[in-house]
Amino acid sequence: MRLGIAIAAAMVLWAGSAPAQELRVGFMATFTGPGANLGQHLRDGFLLGLDHVGGRLGGLETKLTIVDDQLKPDVARQEVDKLLEKEKVHFVVGIVFSNVLMAIYKPTIESGAFLISANAGPSPVAGAQCSERFFSTSWQNDQTHSALGKYAQDKGYRRVFLLAPNYQAGKDGLNGFKRYYRGTIVDEVYTQLGAVDFSAEIAKIQAAKPEAVYAFMPGGPGIALLKQYAQAGLTKQIPLLSAFTIDDTSLPALGDAADGLVSASQWAADFDNPANARFVADFRKKYGYVPSYFAAQAYDAAQLIDAAVRSTGGRLDDKTALRDALRNARFASVKGKWRLNTNHIPINDFYYVSPGKLADGTPAMVKGDLVFADYGDEYAKDCPMKW
Amino acid sequence: MDPLLLLVQLLNGVQLGLLLFLVAAGLTLVFGILDVINLAHGVLYMVGAYAAAVVLVRSGHFALAVLAGPLVALGAGLALDRLVLRFVYDRDHLDQVLATFGVLIFVNELVRVLFGPAALPFPLPAGFEWSVRLPGGATYPAWRLAIIAAGAILAFLLFWVLTRTRAGMLVRAAATDPAMLEMLGVDVRRLFLLVLGAGAALAGFAGAMAGPIVAVQPGMGDQILILAFVVIVTGGTGSVQGALLGSLLVGLADTLGRSFLTDMLRLALPPAAANEVGPALASMLIYLVMAGVLLARPRGLMPVRRAAR
Repeated sequence: MRLGIAIAAAMVLWAGSAPAQELRVGFMATFTGPGANLGQHLRDGFLLGLDHVGGRLGGLETKLTIVDDQLKPDVARQEVDKLLEKEKVHFVVGIVFSNVLMAIYKPTIESGAFLISANAGPSPVAGAQCSERFFSTSWQNDQTHSALGKYAQDKGYRRVFLLAPNYQAGKDGLNGFKRYYRGTIVDEVYTQLGAVDFSAEIAKIQAAKPEAVYAFMPGGPGIALLKQYAQAGLTKQIPLLSAFTIDDTSLPALGDAADGLVSASQWAADFDNPANARFVADFRKKYGYVPSYFAAQAYDAAQLIDAAVRSTGGRLDDKTALRDALRNARFASVKGKWRLNTNHIPINDFYYVSPGKLADGTPAMVKGDLVFADYGDEYAKDCPMKW
Repeated sequence: MDPLLLLVQLLNGVQLGLLLFLVAAGLTLVFGILDVINLAHGVLYMVGAYAAAVVLVRSGHFALAVLAGPLVALGAGLALDRLVLRFVYDRDHLDQVLATFGVLIFVNELVRVLFGPAALPFPLPAGFEWSVRLPGGATYPAWRLAIIAAGAILAFLLFWVLTRTRAGMLVRAAATDPAMLEMLGVDVRRLFLLVLGAGAALAGFAGAMAGPIVAVQPGMGDQILILAFVVIVTGGTGSVQGALLGSLLVGLADTLGRSFLTDMLRLALPPAAANEVGPALASMLIYLVMAGVLLARPRGLMPVRRAAR
């Protein structure tokens, strides 16, 4: 017994003295406040991705530091400075919200580290300010909105009522919807950010009698809106299309109130490919809830880093080689395919999704018809990178 | 303007006002009588909603859930008194704000740790899944009518207790001159506890009633707390009548502003500008109303006359 311990100790010492290359990753997301639920999904997806490669991204000893941006750009900036200067991370990964991404974008890419967004995709970083140090495993923000605009157009809704919170992302979202929707916008209503009562807006919808409603209402206000819309008995009369409002993060709180809602996504838990089946099954086993697109995107982020670092043979100091490896990485994405646009944002298929059930009867957002095939975002043409 | 839409929006405004009243009534009593600024009051609303959600999902009985909301909030309110407030009753307002703001952050995080960051399911109680059909195609959900009824009944009860019972008389006396009351041999400390408990239970009840229409998640009380402060400052701190008047004013101003302001601006401005200005103005409207009221009546609509302290 004592001998065993001695041998084990010696092995630890020996392993410690070997000049092992270490991969350092800083994972940043929102873990406090109203957006905390999204941060949890993002983190759990990434941790499962890390698990699936035995805790070693690209075969290297991986040191993961998880930090909370609190949905405050100034806090995010401080935290990322610590990650870059103290931890000397090679990758900053995560980021739920666009304003947080914009706050850390310049300091991160200028430091020489790579920034991998597993969610936020604001237009500047997709267009003129694109960078060889920035990659995304999600989408450009407008794409989901545009997919729903296309869906409304394809469905032949002639009169649509628009609803969004009164801030930049709300306006961008509605503009994204209008890009492919050619019918009449009967009204465009902007609500206070963080509103909890939508009775006034619902009464306006009833008075305007549109053929469909399009809403972008993320987080708690979205849950309140969808509950109140269902309680007014409107879901069956006037279809409610929405982006980032009904998804696998809000579905458990909604229950029956979610029936009949429509959204769009580049991924759903019932996507039929082996990588996704393994991801969803293991995620549910480990965390006890159904993963959302947030988790799927973060899982792909872990896979992207793993594949790229592996193909450089574990070399982290040659940034150009690592950039090329990230651009050309091949891995089994949970979406079933993986392809980057010239601006390093994925080219996705978008499907419409709606609340349904997985094979075992658990409620989840499930895939409907294809809306867009191989959809690259509209800002890529403004990005000067060529490769 | 469509008169029917106006009618529906007036009803919506009254309903929002009565929901606000349930939260603001407790806040104004605590502020007016105990002279404590309690930023943790919104937390009690959240605690009520969580207690009701948990009981509802476990038991399936909405009646039990609606009882659990105020009861657990009452317990939380008394614990708040024991653990925090009794140390700051005699301190100045800044100390109270700091202490209760700490409680607010702590409890929000505690709830997140215990129940997770996701919103809890809180379905409509059985029997309320219908809505009243109004002429012209509009509908009014039964649950919103229930909120109006509950708010009105509680407002009436509160006034009855305050104006017609001995306890109510003592509470009103304490709001005016607590020192004199103490000299007359009334246990003011116990009276304070009663007021705090009642306020907490009201906030918890409001949380349980709001559960089916809002997202039951950590931090849900913060938004309503701001509105409740606007209500009590508009109405005059310490006055329950003022709180009711303030609630209805704020509820109506907010709802009508959201409903009609942008449309009215479109008559005068180009549509893009109206879309820009309208929502911004609508979300400011309750603060403008408050500022207007304070300009005319610096102590609110129905202030409590208070002896010099």
